[in-house]
Amino acid sequence: MENRPLEYDYSVAKLFMFTTIVLGIVGMLIGVILAFQLAFPSINLLLGEGLAEYTNFSRLRPLHTDAVIFGFTLSGVFATWYYIGQRVLKVSMAESGFLMFIGKLHFWLYVVGVAAVVVSLFMGITTSKEYAEFEWPIDIAIVIVWVLWGISVFGLIGIRRERSLYISIWYYIATFLGIAMLYLFNNMEVPTYFASGGIGAWYHSVSMYSGTNDALVQWWYGHNAVAFGFTVPIVAMIYYFLPKESGQAVYSYKLSLLSFWGLMFVYLWAGGHHLLFSTVPDWMQTMGSVFSVILILPSWGSAINMLLTMKGEWQQVASSPLIKFMVLASTFYMFSTLEGPIQAIKSVNALAHFTDWIVGHVHDGVLGWVGFMIMAALFHMAPRVFKRELYSKALMTTQFWIQTLGVVLYFTSMWIAGITQGMMWRAHDEFGNLAYSFIDTVTVLHPYYTIRAVGGLLYLIGFFMFAYNIYKTMSARPVEENELQSATPMAA
Amino acid sequence: MDIADIQAYAYFFFTGFLVLVLYGYIYHLYSSERKGERDYEKYGDIALNDEVTDKPVETISEKEIEKKEA
Ligand code: HEM
Ligand code: HEM
Repeated sequence: MENRPLEYDYSVAKLFMFTTIVLGIVGMLIGVILAFQLAFPSINLLLGEGLAEYTNFSRLRPLHTDAVIFGFTLSGVFATWYYIGQRVLKVSMAESGFLMFIGKLHFWLYVVGVAAVVVSLFMGITTSKEYAEFEWPIDIAIVIVWVLWGISVFGLIGIRRERSLYISIWYYIATFLGIAMLYLFNNMEVPTYFASGGIGAWYHSVSMYSGTNDALVQWWYGHNAVAFGFTVPIVAMIYYFLPKESGQAVYSYKLSLLSFWGLMFVYLWAGGHHLLFSTVPDWMQTMGSVFSVILILPSWGSAINMLLTMKGEWQQVASSPLIKFMVLASTFYMFSTLEGPIQAIKSVNALAHFTDWIVGHVHDGVLGWVGFMIMAALFHMAPRVFKRELYSKALMTTQFWIQTLGVVLYFTSMWIAGITQGMMWRAHDEFGNLAYSFIDTVTVLHPYYTIRAVGGLLYLIGFFMFAYNIYKTMSARPVEENELQSATPMAA
Repeated sequence: MDIADIQAYAYFFFTGFLVLVLYGYIYHLYSSERKGERDYEKYGDIALNDEVTDKPVETISEKEIEKKEA
């Protein structure tokens, strides 16, 4: 067996690529349904009165957020880890039967966890904490999945040939540690059945924290779920895939190290911006605002580093749709990390909080940055994993423009809707009587909700094109190893 | 001074301390490169030359390689 040359083993990466696509479709399809429900409430009864319990907005919303965060995004993080990890550490998973076993176990337990989440949320079983809706039995399963991933990460690092850990590895390690800490603390909960000696459902629990403390822990978690789920691992991806695809080493490695520590240092303190004007201590709110504004620096540090990596190579943006995806992703990253700090300024937040502007901010980040980067990663990986060229460059370019239009429609409509909403809520006459009732705002916002739904639909259509392209790549023209050095081979 | 005040002061000074550490790190990066102790930019090549048969930018240690080959 010594005669076969050593190769990277992508079997686990492939499995996670599959769930990235499937759960992406599920999550975004639900997102589009939600968006149409907000514009046309009758869609709440999509499948008739009898099934309304399962199709209404409130039952579906957590399914959307959890499917795109813990399904689509996390699968993408795992898929890229099992790909990048081997390559930059220069060690193959085929060299360790143990790590291979852990990797597969990681995948299958993850699938079981996802199934449990989908079923329980559809049944309406939830802890009612945003992004942490799972009841305690599922939390325990998730902790096990996470520990398995940790074993994979540190196991692979343990048998590496490359002494230095490439910057992406730092970001993956931070993702692992960050989420582990946040998830454990936020999900400290008391199973009521056991604590009360047999009252209520066995799976039910209540948070160990209460009142303001609960809100603080929840948003320390919620904000950093964004940090360590939507930012840190996505930065890990772009630090590998953009240089590799363009054939240009990262512009400044020192800047990447600095931005890393800057991000770690600042992010954890910024969660207070979700609780402005609430009952948490005033100094905490102020610090939350201040840290949010400072957060531009490390965020732009990474993004500018990416754009400068393309220095002198801008013709690649025109010629390669894959580079287009990544350059647009880093641009949207800059965009949402400029928008976020603006929304975190107290006077702006007084207007923006509870409005659609926040939803707009969320989706220019997740669609433009997270979604684009994960799709670009899979586009780059597919030919290497299947040893075939990408099925269609033209399809990819079309997808790029359709989705870009979708994102733009989404966030611009939500800006207008959000600011209109905020202004109308606070408008009053000289005696302090409110000028508008809630339903007035609903009427005014209807067109914007429709535009958002159409934008979301375009993005979903693009995602189907992406899935089809990857699917067809599995049977496209086989390529030689040397074609895979940097720019991805693609058929016209 | 109650616990909330102590927390606020501790937070403030801890932040100041971490800012100093961060600036220290910047200084460390640039000065060790200027003194020629380390070349950070070469690590960027780890992503470009990442075939399992490529030579590592920095090998883990000669001894360990020998052990593997034995
Ligand atoms: C410098 C970076 C950023 C800052 C300072 C920031 C700031 C903020 C602020 C002030 C809010 C609104 C809180 C409220 O009034 O309810 C918010 C919400 C949110 N942001 Fe950001 N943001 C940043 C980057 C991002 C990025 C890059 C993403 C995603 C890719 C993102 C995702 C979200 C999400 C999901 C929420 C909504 C949370 C919720 O209410 O459920 N943020 N952000
Ligand atoms: C096909 C595209 C998508 C559409 C049409 C869509 C639509 C929606 C809608 C209608 C909501 C509820 C907003 C509300 O309650 O007012 C929502 C919330 C949310 N979506 Fe999406 N979504 C899409 C894709 C995504 C993706 C890819 C992600 C993440 C990777 C994501 C993350 C979120 C998050 C975190 C929230 C909660 C925001 C908050 O609480 O402020 N969405 N989405």
